Amino acid sequence: MASMSAGPAKIERQISLPPEQAFKIALRNITIRLGRAAITGAGTMLGIAFLMSVFTSTAIQMAKGIEILPEQQQKNTWLVVMSLLVSVVGITNAMLMSVTERYKEIGTLKCLGALDNFVVKLFLIESALLGFFGSLIGSLIGMVFMLLTGMGVLGSIDWVGLLMRFGACILLGTLLSILAAIPPAMRAAKMPPVEAMRAEI
Amino acid sequence: MGSGGIQIIEENENEANGTAVETDYSGHESVVRVRGVKRTYEIGGTSVHALRGVDIDIKRGEYISIMGPSGSGKSTLFNMVGGLDKPTEGTVFIDEVDIAQLDAFELAWMRCRKIGYIFQSYNLIPVMTALENITLPMIFAGRDLDYQMEKGRKLMEAVGIAHRMHNKPSQLSGGQQQRVAIARALANDPAIILADEPTGNLDQKTGMEIIELLKRLNRESGVTIITATHDDKMLDVSDRIVWISDGKIARIRHRSEVDIKVGTIEGEV
Repeated sequence: MASMSAGPAKIERQISLPPEQAFKIALRNITIRLGRAAITGAGTMLGIAFLMSVFTSTAIQMAKGIEILPEQQQKNTWLVVMSLLVSVVGITNAMLMSVTERYKEIGTLKCLGALDNFVVKLFLIESALLGFFGSLIGSLIGMVFMLLTGMGVLGSIDWVGLLMRFGACILLGTLLSILAAIPPAMRAAKMPPVEAMRAEI
Repeated sequence: MGSGGIQIIEENENEANGTAVETDYSGHESVVRVRGVKRTYEIGGTSVHALRGVDIDIKRGEYISIMGPSGSGKSTLFNMVGGLDKPTEGTVFIDEVDIAQLDAFELAWMRCRKIGYIFQSYNLIPVMTALENITLPMIFAGRDLDYQMEKGRKLMEAVGIAHRMHNKPSQLSGGQQQRVAIARALANDPAIILADEPTGNLDQKTGMEIIELLKRLNRESGVTIITATHDDKMLDVSDRIVWISDGKIARIRHRSEVDIKVGTIEGEV
């Protein structure tokens, strides 16, 4: 790291949490609370599965040569937006609970010298990871199940377009998951370190 | 206490005055200086005076115990000297720095490098192994990996848990967890170790071992140790004992002025 070559004088006045360390801690936080993480991730998974299924069914309809009515498209858009909003609220809620659960841990980190932004970083990385895996699984589920309904026209589907949408779904799911984690992460970061002293909870 | 092992007999009760003792220390180098500190909390529209004007100097390398019933302001003073709370009035100097003047970054830096915290309930990070818990403050301090590993190993040996290096906190006993916490507190060679009821969750024997460990580290590395405690065993190793009551220092005693008789029941220690 840079601090090595800069010499002891530079080390004196810095506090840091290298990205790879933050990533490691966030990943551990997920694996040790796998049940809760799965529930948080399931929110993204379901919303994204729905979005991907809409994309896939549209691709199948186009492959079958069926024209897509604008009203139907509008309705689909509306439903997708609603389902994604529900996912976001669900993730925020789950993350807020997880912040409350980890009050003491966060306070301890701050007593050890963690800056507010370390705490934000940890929660956002955690949520991004959950969002990524949730939307990866969700996209796969949504696509595979819909493709089963269009077995006859698999050859004439616009695969490039569909795979691009697959990628877009994962990106969107991850971004929404990060967005949803911002309020809980801010709340965690604002927590005073003295909370670590509390004997209970 | 009754059948317990410890009896405290105080002498010189008549000159019980915080400021009188303080002047005795004016010539020494102080790691913590508290001057006219008041702390008021606003709770539901009413003011609660947690501290009503406290002056105290804590010398470098001193082992000091703060005692007092709950609600006495003990925790508030304790948090204040640990840089966890700022005074409403008056000043707190930690290592000659007025903590009220520090911004968030400087406070975090001070917590990282100047102060080591030990908690009643150990507060180890559950997802990390013992060694990782100890190296975490060094990561924050920007130390490289080789340094972390070497220092981590040395600290684990110093607190006598080198064999549990790769265990998670849940696989350790309370005493072992507190040893890890002590090693973690020492990670960045702090000037002060702040221990909040460090023996509160431990049985007599383990508590005694932890106290002896703290005393040994205090003697060997010269780190200042400040504890808040109810534990009379702790008084025996303290250089000075500060009693807080009703937001003020009721009295300060040197170890030599307090006659502590530690007796034992057979099989207890």
